[in-house]
Amino acid sequence: MKKIYKLEDLDCANCAAKMERAVLKLDGVTSASVSFMTQRLVIEADDERFEEIMDSVEKTCRKVEPDCRIIR
Amino acid sequence: MKPGLSKKQKKNLIRICVALAVFAAVFISDKALSLATVTGEKFCWLLPFSLYFAVYVLIGYDVLFKAARNILRGQILDENFLMAIATLGAFALGICTGVMGLDVEGFDEACAVLLFYQVGEFFQSYATGKSRKSISSLMDIRPDYANLMRDGELVKTEPENVSVGDVILINPGEKVPLDGIIINGSTTLDTKALTGESLPREVETGSDIVSGCVNLTSQIKVKVTKPFYDSAVSKILELVENASSRKSNSENFITKFSKFYTPTVVIAAVLLAVVPALFTGEWLTWIYRGLSFLVVSCPCALVVSVPLAFFAGLGAASKHGILVKGSNYLEMLGKANIFVFDKTGTLTKGNFAVAEILPTDRRDEILKLAAIAEKDSNHPIARSVTACYGGEIEEGYTLTNLAGLGVKAVRGDDVIYCGNEKLMKEFGINFKEHIGAGTTVYVARGGEFVGSLMISDEIKHGAKETVRELSSLGCKTVMLTGDNETVAESVSRQIGLTSYRASLLPQNKVEEVEKMLAAKKAKDLLCFVGDGINDAPVLMRSDIGIAMGGVGSDAAIEASDVVLMRDELDGIPLAKRIAKKTMAIVFENIILSLLVKLVIMVLSALGITSMWLAVIGDVGVAIVAILNSMRVGAGRFEKERKTKIS
Repeated sequence: MKKIYKLEDLDCANCAAKMERAVLKLDGVTSASVSFMTQRLVIEADDERFEEIMDSVEKTCRKVEPDCRIIR
Repeated sequence: MKPGLSKKQKKNLIRICVALAVFAAVFISDKALSLATVTGEKFCWLLPFSLYFAVYVLIGYDVLFKAARNILRGQILDENFLMAIATLGAFALGICTGVMGLDVEGFDEACAVLLFYQVGEFFQSYATGKSRKSISSLMDIRPDYANLMRDGELVKTEPENVSVGDVILINPGEKVPLDGIIINGSTTLDTKALTGESLPREVETGSDIVSGCVNLTSQIKVKVTKPFYDSAVSKILELVENASSRKSNSENFITKFSKFYTPTVVIAAVLLAVVPALFTGEWLTWIYRGLSFLVVSCPCALVVSVPLAFFAGLGAASKHGILVKGSNYLEMLGKANIFVFDKTGTLTKGNFAVAEILPTDRRDEILKLAAIAEKDSNHPIARSVTACYGGEIEEGYTLTNLAGLGVKAVRGDDVIYCGNEKLMKEFGINFKEHIGAGTTVYVARGGEFVGSLMISDEIKHGAKETVRELSSLGCKTVMLTGDNETVAESVSRQIGLTSYRASLLPQNKVEEVEKMLAAKKAKDLLCFVGDGINDAPVLMRSDIGIAMGGVGSDAAIEASDVVLMRDELDGIPLAKRIAKKTMAIVFENIILSLLVKLVIMVLSALGITSMWLAVIGDVGVAIVAILNSMRVGAGRFEKERKTKIS
């Protein structure tokens, strides 16, 4: 399943790159792209565990950039 | 203050200004009065330190806070943390020299580093915010409401709530909220936001209208034909909003590069601070040089300017009614060198018209006779003849359709033959062959040849110029058509195409493109241009699919990678120019940023430059790269296009 989320308060471009790398490492995530310019996260992950994966995505992002929030 | 700053930006700007003023005051008084001499020997560093440190905290409290927070989360390679280490380290060195009774220096430097860093951050946030806004001005096409007519009453409602078949009222000055068909009234529409076309469009009862246009002159009643989420405006917004999620190779390179850059610089900084000092014992000097390294440890200039350039490129394209679905396509478009065009509807208008009548002095007679023969036929060629004639057609003829040949019209002993050359041969008529781009219709009366008409598809305005421009950019241009060899050859020659493939059935077009894809070299990129109506498979199959006249055709928007909102070919070279400019700027930014950082590091390691210069260079190159990126969106393309048309 592929979904697009809006990101709020994503202030630095380097953080976007870091978030993208961190999310890609997560188990079950097939593809992910964080766009600093459009402030969006495009993620493709296993259908059955999608919500669960998103929880860990959120956690990971908070670790990398605490100010940034994923609008779910 | 500049308009359009967010609250957070305003706060930061004020903070930077205040800090700058205080810093200047402290700095000047320090230099003028030598603050270090005010207090006693032993604590000579205390007064300047406390003053500078106050400025430091004022300008950098958020950096310090983030550094502390991120280090607790185990993010050692966070730029805030590295900045904090560099500057706090510089303070510590200053205190050290003070305690050791040497000159007190370095406090001003530490402050300045953070100050410049903040200026750079502010500038980045301002620049990105600004270009986001320029894209979101395109988002202005989003309609806020619809005036729904329900049971004779007018209700203002969200466009989402309107269903297919409902009737809505659109007043002058309002946006068209949903796709539909006009059932009452006529008006002019401003389609600029959608297509980049500045000329308003006239519409009347029965016309299809597309959401996102602005109604200019008078009230119209519209019957909705598509739900909101299927309307053009939703499709376009979705496309634009998600465009930069498809990243280009350059962006992916930067992301990967930044992963290695920071750790490498940090390791280099540590080594620089420790290793030489072990031999020379000049710890202070080498630690200072190591700290200078940390100042340039953030790959900010690169990480911001490259996506920003692509974003600006996508924005510039959409301003001209060219929607590019992702940065990767923009990158590819810059390199695309094989352009395959569908003929009908793309290079030609797809409407047949009488192009030439021979001999010219018998024009009226030929037309009159041909019109008599063709009057009952619904074939596009026949209709183009009657349309060209336009006058009253003589009655009383009995028409016989001779399959594969033409028509025989008989009234008494008057016989008119109208058809192809086979018909002429069949009846032994001595005719003069007429060769050209299109279908020839020969006309004879009795046994005698009268003349011939050449009927051809009209070549689109700008097709020739577009092909010429693409050729001058070194691209191959190929036309695919279902027409026969003669027609294809003639059209191809008139437009100036490199080559053509004739007599293709619709399904052969995919095969043909497959063949071309297989034959091309690895670095060649094939771009297919079609009207998007029945060539979706080809659009999808090619490296880049460009659909023309995308407004109103969801299939085209779905299947293609680039959508030209205006049904005009000049969008293709324009898009290519924008793509090339974007790529040039991306390249400049990458080279410039890397070069400046490298030079700073070498000079710092050699002790030629100070931390001052390191930070000014680092922030400076970021600002230059950002300004360079924003150059993509400059209005120069518009001018080029206008001069081309005139």
